[in-house]
Amino acid sequence: MTGPRIIFRIPLFGGIPVTETIVNMWIFMALLCALAFWLTRDLKLRNISKRQIVAEKLVLTLDSLIENTMGPGHLKFAPYIGTLFMLSIVGSLSSLLGLRPYTADLNVTLGWALVTFFMIQVTSIKSRGVGGWLHKFIEPVPFILPLNIVSEIASPVSMSFRHFGNIAAGMVITSLLYSALAAASAVLLHLVPNAFIRSIPILQAGLPAVLSIYFDLFTSFLQAYIICMLTMVYVKNAAEE
Amino acid sequence: MGLERAIVLAASAIGAGLAMISGVGPGIGQGYAAGKAAESVARQPEAKGDITSTMLFGCAVAESTAIYGLVIALILLFANPLVKML
Repeated sequence: MTGPRIIFRIPLFGGIPVTETIVNMWIFMALLCALAFWLTRDLKLRNISKRQIVAEKLVLTLDSLIENTMGPGHLKFAPYIGTLFMLSIVGSLSSLLGLRPYTADLNVTLGWALVTFFMIQVTSIKSRGVGGWLHKFIEPVPFILPLNIVSEIASPVSMSFRHFGNIAAGMVITSLLYSALAAASAVLLHLVPNAFIRSIPILQAGLPAVLSIYFDLFTSFLQAYIICMLTMVYVKNAAEE
Repeated sequence: MGLERAIVLAASAIGAGLAMISGVGPGIGQGYAAGKAAESVARQPEAKGDITSTMLFGCAVAESTAIYGLVIALILLFANPLVKML
């Protein structure tokens, strides 16, 4: 396992590396934008198309999830949370296409977690004012200030590490399994006289798919759900103080 | 390859293995959570959906300590900062 490959370099400031992560993410961002654009063309009140039913169902599901978790009056966060969910799920599931999932790159998840972190702080300042926000750090007693600062910083770190770690662990374990199966099929086939048949890793067919159900499908859905859920819970706590 | 480098690499490999022991705690905790969830479903089968999603959420949050250990192990194996210090 290695880090994301560098595809090309932008010849500015001594060469900015553009990695696989960035390229894949821009492709999927373009696809999601195209999907959103296509789903929301010619919306009508009556005689709605099948496409509009799908779009309405998606939006209503997201809205009801946010209402259930954050309570009423927080629907302004719906676009951010929906975007986060879609980007996360599409990125993690892109490993099914044989691409390197861009969520297995700490830069991506840390970026999302930092956006959430600033959203939490701004919401907290809006609901309590700057004085109240600063005062929160010396509650319940002033000498606990360093601990409060550490616990504020720990939330984006733990959020990004959790998402990155789960997807990267799946990637590492899958690649380890593939190399183990290649070695096992070499042992199995070493008596076959034909060199071409000997080079086929037959055991790699089928078996990794079972693991893929857990590491690709289940973990992807769970991590996308978790990162959105944590965002909602943190923002709700910040807004309610 | 010098002897120092060999020692650092061996120590990093052992350290990566030790870091993965962090998986023990969350394993116990998640098992406990899953057991409690099973009890709750047995008591209130109609709340199965809520119980399952709450359990999965709690499990994923409890997992973060194991993930920290995993990240340390990955750093030691694939992006070792100690070798560069030699």
